Amino acid sequence: MAQTAQVEIKDAWARATPGKAENGAAYLTIQSPVADRLVGVFSPVAKKAGLHTMTMEGSVMKMRPLGGVDLPANQPVALKPGGMHIMLEGLNEPLQAGKSFPLTLNLEKAGQKQVEVTVEKAGAAGPGGQAGTDMPMPAKR
Amino acid sequence: MASRPANPRTPPRFALVAIVFAGVLVIAAGVLLALALRETPRGAAGTALASAIGGQFQLIDQNGKPFSDANLKGKWHLIFFGYTHCPDACPTALNEMSLALDRLGIKRDEVGVVFITVDPERDTPDVLKSYVQSFDAPIVALTGSPEAVAQAAKAYRVFYAKHPRADGDYDMDHSAVIYVMNPEGRFTATFTPDSSADAIVQRLQKLIS
Repeated sequence: MAQTAQVEIKDAWARATPGKAENGAAYLTIQSPVADRLVGVFSPVAKKAGLHTMTMEGSVMKMRPLGGVDLPANQPVALKPGGMHIMLEGLNEPLQAGKSFPLTLNLEKAGQKQVEVTVEKAGAAGPGGQAGTDMPMPAKR
Repeated sequence: MASRPANPRTPPRFALVAIVFAGVLVIAAGVLLALALRETPRGAAGTALASAIGGQFQLIDQNGKPFSDANLKGKWHLIFFGYTHCPDACPTALNEMSLALDRLGIKRDEVGVVFITVDPERDTPDVLKSYVQSFDAPIVALTGSPEAVAQAAKAYRVFYAKHPRADGDYDMDHSAVIYVMNPEGRFTATFTPDSSADAIVQRLQKLIS
């Protein structure tokens, strides 16, 4: 990978949320040219946005807020399903597939970075229609 | 051993046959054991007793109608405990189950999906209704009084606990296991919540046939 002088944010996506689900999750891959730390997130689509992680302890699933995410220099850090994610709490309206929304990331050194998050169908396993399956989207609305 | 002493080669041959036979027995036992282990359901707490999973509960569905363990009879069921404020794993699991059902084709009517909330405080029937409507498969979503939910969770050996956050909100820690119950209402198998629809379909097709 060529060295980048800037913080690079790729593959920002979120899953369409079911019904009037109050919470959603957004994912992305971030790489910084210098060691930095992602310390906060903000989005106008939700009352609150935060860094969260999901862990499994045995068969027990736990969600925990994260104080921040360390970004080692030149190493992509992925926030993805089943691990770290950006939790969007108190969505103003459901996240609908095909739409997008802005998300601001707060980095300790690089400051604020804005990124556009694409909403994928509810069954998506990754960005850009990387569906886990080839079935039609389950979201009806 | 009735071997003819006239033929000195016979006893070794018998021994050989015996050894081969014993070997076959050992292999057969191993295969049987492996099969038994494979089919032995493992519960949330690692219990290996099918009878320990499942039991009586009395909840209400997303339409406010009563739904009890008796409603599980006559059909295969996938049962998953979760909560609608969960942004990541719960919708993923429900979605994969929903897709799995779709792929069962003509057998899809033989399997039901039941989502039981561990967060009855926030997951009212209305909340559950709008939540599960977004999935393709008809999902039965259950809630009830905190006591009724606790009873259901206990029946399924599901652990859950409220985890308060600094901001006054809370998350729920909970066992994330998909239980497969057979038409007699007996516990048959489990899936992990990150199982793909394909994996679920493959297993279900074997179980149902």
